[in-house]
Amino acid sequence: MTITYREALRQGLYDAFDRDERVFLMGEDVGKYGGTYAVSKGMLEKYGPERVRDTPLSELAFVGAGVGAALGGMRPIVEVMTVNFSLLALDPIVNTAAMLHHMSGGQVSAPVVIRTSTGAGRQLAAQHSNTLEAWYAHVPGLKVVAAATIDDAHGMLLAALEDPNPVVIFEYPALFETKAELSGKTVDLSSAALRRQGSKVTLVTYGACLPKTLKAAEEVDGEVIDLRVLRPLDMVPVMESIRRTRRCVVVDEGWKSGSLAAEVMARIAEDAFYDLDAPLARVCREEVPIPYPKHLEEAALPQPEKIVAAAKGLFG
Amino acid sequence: MIEFKLPSLGADMDEGKLLEWKVKPGDQVKRGQVIAVVDTSKAAVEVEIWSDGVVSELLTKPGETIAVGTVMARLDGAAKPEERPKEQLVMRKPASPAARKRARELDVDVEKVAGTGPHGAVTVEDVEKAARLPGKPEAVPEKLEKIEKPEKALEIRKAIAAAMSRSKREIPHYYLSQAIPMQRAAEWLGAENAKRPITGRLLMGVLQLKAVALALGDFPDLNGFYRDGTYQRAPAVHAGVAISLRQGGLVAPAIHDVAELSLDELMKALADLVRRARAGSLRSSEMSDPTITVTNLGDTGVDTVFPIIYPPQVAIVGFGAVKEGRLVVSLGADHRASDGRRGALFLAELARRLQEPEKL
Repeated sequence: MTITYREALRQGLYDAFDRDERVFLMGEDVGKYGGTYAVSKGMLEKYGPERVRDTPLSELAFVGAGVGAALGGMRPIVEVMTVNFSLLALDPIVNTAAMLHHMSGGQVSAPVVIRTSTGAGRQLAAQHSNTLEAWYAHVPGLKVVAAATIDDAHGMLLAALEDPNPVVIFEYPALFETKAELSGKTVDLSSAALRRQGSKVTLVTYGACLPKTLKAAEEVDGEVIDLRVLRPLDMVPVMESIRRTRRCVVVDEGWKSGSLAAEVMARIAEDAFYDLDAPLARVCREEVPIPYPKHLEEAALPQPEKIVAAAKGLFG
Repeated sequence: MIEFKLPSLGADMDEGKLLEWKVKPGDQVKRGQVIAVVDTSKAAVEVEIWSDGVVSELLTKPGETIAVGTVMARLDGAAKPEERPKEQLVMRKPASPAARKRARELDVDVEKVAGTGPHGAVTVEDVEKAARLPGKPEAVPEKLEKIEKPEKALEIRKAIAAAMSRSKREIPHYYLSQAIPMQRAAEWLGAENAKRPITGRLLMGVLQLKAVALALGDFPDLNGFYRDGTYQRAPAVHAGVAISLRQGGLVAPAIHDVAELSLDELMKALADLVRRARAGSLRSSEMSDPTITVTNLGDTGVDTVFPIIYPPQVAIVGFGAVKEGRLVVSLGADHRASDGRRGALFLAELARRLQEPEKL
């Protein structure tokens, strides 16, 4: 069945609700409005206000409530409309959810799932166009995943609900209209995935940059690795690929200073230095707040042409 | 007073052999002048001096092999600080890490390879291409030329093949390993070596060898020969030391009566043995006498050695690299002569001995 990324997210929610009665959804406009991106459309009617709960505009309060519900034995799915607003909820996520297992000596953990949309490219201006996956991937105790495919949009939520850790799932509005076959297979929250085979250069990416990277790969015979899990990183497929291609470009929609790209490159330098036949390269967003005008926004983000240029730069 | 030290003449050089002095005490020397010829593992190299002055003393004798950094001569006069020539500060040729690694494997000089990578950097492909060029000596033929007889390498290979096939065919090996803390031994050795001139310094391998020999005192069932269906203990520990040869292959000649030798004597014996093994001048008794073999692959970074017994011996001890203060020592032993528990106790005793380096 070919469905959109948006439908895959919705299907994941329905499957999660049907599978486990402890699961409920809370967040801004998830109920009556059907979700800002219409992901939870129809859920209030089907499952009722007990399980589909509209919250006040206070991320600190409702994310905190979600952590509490998880401690109380529920399986909450907390939707934070966008990652930009999640900054208001960093304390319950970082200081509470991520650390309770450690602080309680393993007695309690908070199996809360936080879904949030992220990324730029839709002319929403600087404050609504952040890509902050790297901030979350910095924190031990969190599992951080990025859904870049239809199967992951559907399956990552189900896998996250089975995980005893707090899981942050990043969803990409830039991909909401992409379509593909939903395999219905279960997915893991532990491995990076090889999305395209190639022989000349390894292209490592995640999230919204995956389709751009796949497009660029056509031109440079690139092997594309989708990191999928941003914490803990699975570098095995990356290293295996680099041992074949000896060249690597990391494509990351985040700013390059302190980015996930930086972490990936550092690990490659640590573990595969002698396999490299060219310097490591990366394509990130420009180090500016994302501009509003369309042409400037496009210029500020990774694009297939930039990826191709970076890859070609690794050859003489 | 200026000290003239043996410079490193290549990234892989850690010692050199003085072939000839081009100056004598009293000679005036000028910056850039060739004053000595030193043999590295690769070639004889003319060594220049980087200060002006008058030679007052030559400390190294022709024929001596010394470590990089050893003071070879003293000069009086010009008090100008040692300057490195500008051309030595020029950046080395850009080459990828993988290309450098491949170049070492193929014995290709990266500096002479034309680079086609980004910024003209040398790539793996460039190195491999250079290695294939006619006239450029490839690794294998060049190394073979260095051997007196090319068939020597083949003979060694055949001998190893025969011994190891027999070993794996006949000997029911059991393998044990134990990680041994090495902080004490390392500290003791560091302090001991600090007191010594560079030429008199001890290697960790010597401590290991001595500890093995002493530990074997309580385990005669690991030191001897299994022949014709019976085990014969050996009256002394003659440790066969596995030495890799430059042309490939290895030999494991004996150091006699290791338990009776002081560390200094053992160090001398080891250095002498390695030198002669590589020069191909071993004595026949050294080849036939080993009662146990010790192999050390730690310099390659290997964690654990799974050693194969050299028949008719009944045991072999392998040392890996010291990592995070610990060293994995392993034992391959002949189950016909001893049992696992004995082997385990031997390793424990070896570990204990290495905790008391001052008693070795």
